[in-house]
Amino acid sequence: MASSSVKSAYWKGVRNGAPFILVVSPFALLFGVVATEAGLNVFETMAFSIVVIAGAAQFTALQLMNENAPTLVVLASALAVNLRMAMYSASLTPYIGGAPMWQRAWAAYFTVDQAYALSIIEYETHPKLTLPERMAYFFGVVTPICPNWYLFTLIGALVGQSIPQEMALDFAVPITFLAMIGPMLRTGAHVAAAMVSVTLALLFAWVPYNLGLMIAGIGGMMAGAQVELWTERKATQEDAK
Amino acid sequence: MIDRVELWIVIVGMGLGSFGLRFMFTGFIGDRNLPPWVLRHLRYTAVAVLPGLVAPLVMWPAATNGQTDLPRLIAAIVTLGLGYFTKNVIVAICGGAATLAFGLLFLG
Repeated sequence: MASSSVKSAYWKGVRNGAPFILVVSPFALLFGVVATEAGLNVFETMAFSIVVIAGAAQFTALQLMNENAPTLVVLASALAVNLRMAMYSASLTPYIGGAPMWQRAWAAYFTVDQAYALSIIEYETHPKLTLPERMAYFFGVVTPICPNWYLFTLIGALVGQSIPQEMALDFAVPITFLAMIGPMLRTGAHVAAAMVSVTLALLFAWVPYNLGLMIAGIGGMMAGAQVELWTERKATQEDAK
Repeated sequence: MIDRVELWIVIVGMGLGSFGLRFMFTGFIGDRNLPPWVLRHLRYTAVAVLPGLVAPLVMWPAATNGQTDLPRLIAAIVTLGLGYFTKNVIVAICGGAATLAFGLLFLG
């Protein structure tokens, strides 16, 4: 029966997504605290998390606005951090591209790191899933994760208002970013991208309007892509030997 | 202080932009493929932007008026190391925060 298999796909998604509450909640809590420390009220903080729903990009935008970067630079940098979402979208398309438009639109809004990662694994390991089952699984994964993103942003915003400014929270943002960067350094190409980015950012810190970050970002991307090419060529050459 | 008009431009702009990126393929483009060189660069966007953003904050913290600060530098290295080796963001944040607290207590 189709409807019961769709239901079970949904609940499987809920079960697989549930552990990620532990990852998302502290992160959302921290965003709520840091945003209120930066002077946002509860409504503005919630609007940020609900409209954008992307942690790393939200922290990026907040940090740059705090540094009084021009609006265009804030938007460009934060959206650059979110460019990976376009890759997620591209890789989900063969599996869910045939779904009705309203479902695809909601799925796009809820495409967060964890929802993508779990769904693509499920679709690849169970190629016989029907389209409704795939959509049900996706929305199942999102069910425990995204509402908690909103809820813990709210708790963080409410708590943040009562935390005194002196509590060395200035370093909460750098620590959060560094913690995210660590697991991203999966290959030599990723390490190269990060190192070039750091070097260029420090060398070009004097450039006005935070454009040094744009230079660092573009340089880092080119370094990563180039090292990936070299690594591939080396691998094919060794295969040929 | 963050300007209110700028804040709302950023929130709405990021909302539209992020949705656009997420909807780009499933919604608009279908299953046409991007050229490999574009994908190759896209893979490294996050890892190229975030380190560049964080490096000046670590080297020249605003809280010390831009003076390099030993407790913050050590906390940064510990956080990055924990994230790299454990692959666990929350462990890295907690470890880094604890290191900073101890550092400020004993070195600050």
